[in-house]
Amino acid sequence: MIELTEKTLDPEKITAKVRRDSNGAVVTFLGTTRDNFEGKTVVTLEYEAFDEMAVKKLEEVRQELMAEFGLEQIAISHRVGTVRIGEISLVIAVGSPHRKEAFYACHKAVDRIKEVVPIWKKEVYQDGSRWVACEDHEFSPTDSASTETHAH
Amino acid sequence: MELKVRLFALYRERAGGSTVSVSVPDGATVADLKDEVRKQLPNLAPPEVNIVVAVNTDYADSDVVLRPGDDVCLIPPVSGG
Repeated sequence: MIELTEKTLDPEKITAKVRRDSNGAVVTFLGTTRDNFEGKTVVTLEYEAFDEMAVKKLEEVRQELMAEFGLEQIAISHRVGTVRIGEISLVIAVGSPHRKEAFYACHKAVDRIKEVVPIWKKEVYQDGSRWVACEDHEFSPTDSASTETHAH
Repeated sequence: MELKVRLFALYRERAGGSTVSVSVPDGATVADLKDEVRKQLPNLAPPEVNIVVAVNTDYADSDVVLRPGDDVCLIPPVSGG
């Protein structure tokens, strides 16, 4: 129930994968592409993945959460390639006998994906672009004054 | 040994290509590889930024020993979601 795709994500279809009569709750999270960053207009987003490792890490996150919350149904789909503003870039659907575990697991899934899965997004502006999470965009060895640290 | 190192996203753009060939002594560790990469590609990342390395599709600590044929990838800070 892991998917990395260039195609439009269909949240209903992905949610349907985790529906069971034994479940009393389904929580579905949609990550959508935002049209602004620090006052700048974002025109479009480009997602790049290290495919083999991304699929492997998404499955690890899924397994980890199913074990932690005692769940059996989690589906995760992530978009790659060009994603227009307002489109869905990530869908996480969690089916659970009870709502609490579904909310917790879904929340934690987003956090873990942002930490460990090798997927990168680039915001494209009218006058340039920026790889998100990389704070050292102005970096060059001859211009070290403009460098900033980032944790990873 | 000669390792073909794969680059993604920001690092791919900075290096101007999706792979780079890096030569390290037999028995070299991930830390040795990072030193060599910084020498070869000083524009890749500022000194205070840790270059994250994946070996055979898993994150690899600095003390991991590299072998010929390993799939070695440099992973810039991730930003999925």
